[in-house]
Amino acid sequence: MELAAQLLVILIQIAAVMGVVLLHVAYLTYAERKVLSDMQDRLGPMEVGPHGLLQPIADGLKLFFKEDIIPAGANKIIFSASPILVLVPALIGFAVVPFGRDSLHIGDVEITPYITDINIGILYILAFSSLGAYGILLGGWASNSKYALLGGLRSAAQVISYELPLGLSLVGPILLSESLSMMTMTHAQAGGFWNWYVVKTTPIPFVIYMICAIAETNRLPFDLPEAESELVAGFFTEYSGMRFSFFFLAEYANMILVSCIGVVAFLGGWQAPFAFLEFIPPIVWFLAKVYFLLFFYIWLRATVPRLRFDQLMAFGWKIMLPLSLVMVLVISVAKYILTH
Amino acid sequence: MTAQLLFFYFGGMTVAGAIVAVSAPNLVYSALALLLTFIHIAGIYILLNAEFIAAVQIIVYAGAILVLYLFVLMLFNPKQERHYIHKQYKAGIFLALVVMFLMVFAGYKTEILSLGGPVTVESVRAMGHTRVIGNALYTDYIFPFEIASLILLVAMFGAILLAGRGQRRIKGPAGRVDLSKRDEATKVLVRP
Repeated sequence: MELAAQLLVILIQIAAVMGVVLLHVAYLTYAERKVLSDMQDRLGPMEVGPHGLLQPIADGLKLFFKEDIIPAGANKIIFSASPILVLVPALIGFAVVPFGRDSLHIGDVEITPYITDINIGILYILAFSSLGAYGILLGGWASNSKYALLGGLRSAAQVISYELPLGLSLVGPILLSESLSMMTMTHAQAGGFWNWYVVKTTPIPFVIYMICAIAETNRLPFDLPEAESELVAGFFTEYSGMRFSFFFLAEYANMILVSCIGVVAFLGGWQAPFAFLEFIPPIVWFLAKVYFLLFFYIWLRATVPRLRFDQLMAFGWKIMLPLSLVMVLVISVAKYILTH
Repeated sequence: MTAQLLFFYFGGMTVAGAIVAVSAPNLVYSALALLLTFIHIAGIYILLNAEFIAAVQIIVYAGAILVLYLFVLMLFNPKQERHYIHKQYKAGIFLALVVMFLMVFAGYKTEILSLGGPVTVESVRAMGHTRVIGNALYTDYIFPFEIASLILLVAMFGAILLAGRGQRRIKGPAGRVDLSKRDEATKVLVRP
């Protein structure tokens, strides 16, 4: 009975987190279109619902009822499996993100603001996000199309190249908090914004993290895997209907996930920037910071042109990687001197 | 009980993945079966309270090395290589039997299995696996650790030298695009 109750609570938590994340994914597409159109001095979606608020639902229904086409000559098994291989790693990472401080108590059942707090939280997310490359690579290969294959290969090269500086930029917060757990990391940044790791590790690792996170999620200015002027639509050229929407969902879920990690590792998670602002609930702070980072992504998309592929690789290997290695050295030495 | 059931699941899937990896006709399927094996090995590590190794197993083997394998597989026609693989099965079975004999032998010599160091399951759980590994690697085993790093560094130099040798050839006669000014990694990608 005890076990069944625990299992039920966990299932409810997972359902709640997935529901909230998918809702955010849907409305992130709406927010992106609205912000972009505002920056380009036009209205954006206005037809469905007041100010186009029901547009994501209409889009979802449209994709759901679209014909599902598998191209002749495609590898059917891998072609159908790869959208799932992309989406699952994007969603599974949310299991360790701490959204707030206080647990909810209903009777003697405790509902925590995170699904689980494992002591390798950050590594867990990195491990699963590194698996996302398979879906893209295999989707491109299984489509039996040169554009899709080239898009998939580009994406894999890009993801591998930028994973290294991304992981190394997170070493700073890990060193300072002496923990890989996202919950401990948040607690270590209590007491005002000058304790946040974006300040304590100098902003350089945070900037590296943001750049690599954008590259990892294949967003502009690093969206070469789907560069429409060269590769039609990249690795999902041949996909349609629900399978296409899975890639789409995964991209936006990944955006939210990397924003959540950025907030936890560098911006103090749910901590308030000043002590006198702590009357505002922690979850509001968390959401506000995540929304800010998401807005930053969209802002970048409207501002910056796409890089050339060799520029992208050179930037990743010749600037980001050495810089993040130097920052690991600097932070370790500084920490050693300060603690001895 | 649950741990044993999970062990049989992870162990069984590891072996099944390995068998498919060497016997699948399509090399991309082989790579995917290998991915299955890697992930289930990580599961076994978690059963052994080694979360850090499990995460690193997935990041390094599944996330980086196998992606590079797939990369290579997609750039040449795998079907040409089929017969080459199946010729070697006799040697493979012989080697597998030798390794299996050694493992069973080690299992019979129970004193090897019952040898215990200062690191026990309880101490690992109390300190956290990452911390235990860090302490061991950077104090008692710093010398082997540094040797391993040095070997990897030498391998990296070798790889760069080998890749650099092709660069002079590509430059080619005058009038062609001078690729040498471009980044090394890009050139490999641009060629197919």
